[in-house]
Amino acid sequence: MSDDIVISVRGLKNAFGEQVVHENLDLDVHRGEILGVVGGSGTGKSVLMRSIIGLQPPVEGEISVFGEPMAHLSESEALEIRKRWGVLFQGGALFSTLTVAENVQVPLREFYPKLDLALMDEIAAYKIIMAGLPADAGPKFPAELSGGMKKRAGIARALALDPELLFLDEPTAGLDPIGAAGFDELTKSLQKTLGLTVFLITHDLDTLYAICDRVAVLADKRVIAVGTIDELLALDHPWIEQYFKGPRGRAAVAAAHAGG
Amino acid sequence: MTAMADFQIDGSVLRFSGDVSLAHIGDLPERLNAVDSPIESIDLSSTQRLDTVGAWVIHRFAEQHQARIEGLEPDQEHLMAQVVKADQPVVKPRNELPPFLRVLDEIGEATATALKTLVGLLGFMGATVLAFLNVLRHPSRFRFNATVQRFEVVGVSALGIIGLMSFLIGIVIAQQGAVQLRQFGAEALTINLVGRITLRELGVLMTAIMVAGRSGSAFAAQLGTMKLTEEIDAMRTIGVSPMEALVVPRTLAAVLMMPLLGFYASVIAIIGGGVLCWVSLGIPPVTFVQRLHEVVPITDLYVGLVKAPVFGAIIAIAGCFQGMQVEADAEQVGNRTTSAVVQAIFLVIVLDAFFAVFFTWIGWI
Repeated sequence: MSDDIVISVRGLKNAFGEQVVHENLDLDVHRGEILGVVGGSGTGKSVLMRSIIGLQPPVEGEISVFGEPMAHLSESEALEIRKRWGVLFQGGALFSTLTVAENVQVPLREFYPKLDLALMDEIAAYKIIMAGLPADAGPKFPAELSGGMKKRAGIARALALDPELLFLDEPTAGLDPIGAAGFDELTKSLQKTLGLTVFLITHDLDTLYAICDRVAVLADKRVIAVGTIDELLALDHPWIEQYFKGPRGRAAVAAAHAGG
Repeated sequence: MTAMADFQIDGSVLRFSGDVSLAHIGDLPERLNAVDSPIESIDLSSTQRLDTVGAWVIHRFAEQHQARIEGLEPDQEHLMAQVVKADQPVVKPRNELPPFLRVLDEIGEATATALKTLVGLLGFMGATVLAFLNVLRHPSRFRFNATVQRFEVVGVSALGIIGLMSFLIGIVIAQQGAVQLRQFGAEALTINLVGRITLRELGVLMTAIMVAGRSGSAFAAQLGTMKLTEEIDAMRTIGVSPMEALVVPRTLAAVLMMPLLGFYASVIAIIGGGVLCWVSLGIPPVTFVQRLHEVVPITDLYVGLVKAPVFGAIIAIAGCFQGMQVEADAEQVGNRTTSAVVQAIFLVIVLDAFFAVFFTWIGWI
């Protein structure tokens, strides 16, 4: 059973000084699923992601990824785990002194230094195109890209290692609807073909309806509910109702039904 | 379960096996490159896992040999289709020039940049003066709190480090001077040396260098970061002029604080020199002060105090100008900060030379 749980969070507490962000937070992410994480602004969605990937040491609680408890890893064990995931930060977090292609190659060079240079260039090139950027974006510097293009370049870098686990922090925010739909499709197809597990923070209701297998709702410092959208709606929680049944929510349902 | 990626050639069929993925690809690409027998079809039915890197390598091989790909599972077929769709020629960075031309290119570019910076700096100086006049005309637009806060950051917080530096410099001048002057039996002239050189030159010059390092760099980094995070654009759209809100308070603070700091630095340096004279030459403080009074003309103090605000203005304007030039990325903030300090110190020393000539000319010797 534990084999099927990629991320397990138990009794997590995060606090910044006096301000408690999470308390007693439990969450499981199953292998091969796309888990959407939603919650109002300031409920600590990004903080939760940061604690899972080890950037934010929790005050209390246990986090394990791929069955390994994150708190007691040696540096080399932590590296082995980092090799298996990709992270997209909200703003893209591209290295500003490297070109887009070099950005994509950073994880490749870091973990597979023996890889043939020509192959590395080709990998960077097709990843960039897969992420929806034009081919000539490769030699450009991040400063020369628009906000949406930076995000795509960030996605290309997150996918550089063909990870098993992908963390996405608001991937479709700032993308045009066509790009966002393309991104949904890309995530879905990668999940299907690579058995990818995706931890997806989003406010994009279309994304939630289109690709998320389950949705976790963050409120009151913990995960108040996890399940498919239908299951969540059956709970009768006022915030969840408002979230999914507001005008935007209804439009997204209509779109999801129309799209099949 | 996870075996390294491998292949076997069976007539005109190439059969992949194992885990054709980035982690297990090993030297597969090189070995595939070495295949020279004609291959008509590629069989993937015995592969375990395929990721985009594996799919890419296989796709590239199939292209080269005009071979069919067979035995894909539906999911893998989808993946392969994605990869094939993404196959476009690698775009390389712009071609690099040969070394000799590159040197010329860099020299030319550096010259152009230097000239452009000079013009830009002059323009910025003008803009700052205009902003000052604007604020004078509309005193309600003057940012009093921001300015006082800059006074504290530029002036008060610098007292400790400037005091320590000046005290030590005073000691060094007195000590070195005493050693040299002793050869002529003129140890008493150490007092002239300390008094005149600190008031005329070193007090203000060293303070200017310290302020350029402390505050000029801070101005550049602050404005540069604000430029990156679009704060300055936000200000403009709200109708706040960044020149008035950011540059004027900083320039004013530097202009007003520099004479005070310079005077303070000179006094502390003289105290340092006095302490050394007392300890190592046996000149008691009372005699030191009396002698100082006799040998240091008041014009020496004026020389220092006239230069100080000009240096302050140069430092602040160079810092703010470089900060406002930041455009693209975090590295530029660093580069611009460095340029701000280098430019400020350079201009301060150049101006100091002009001042020396000027004061000699008007007879303040």
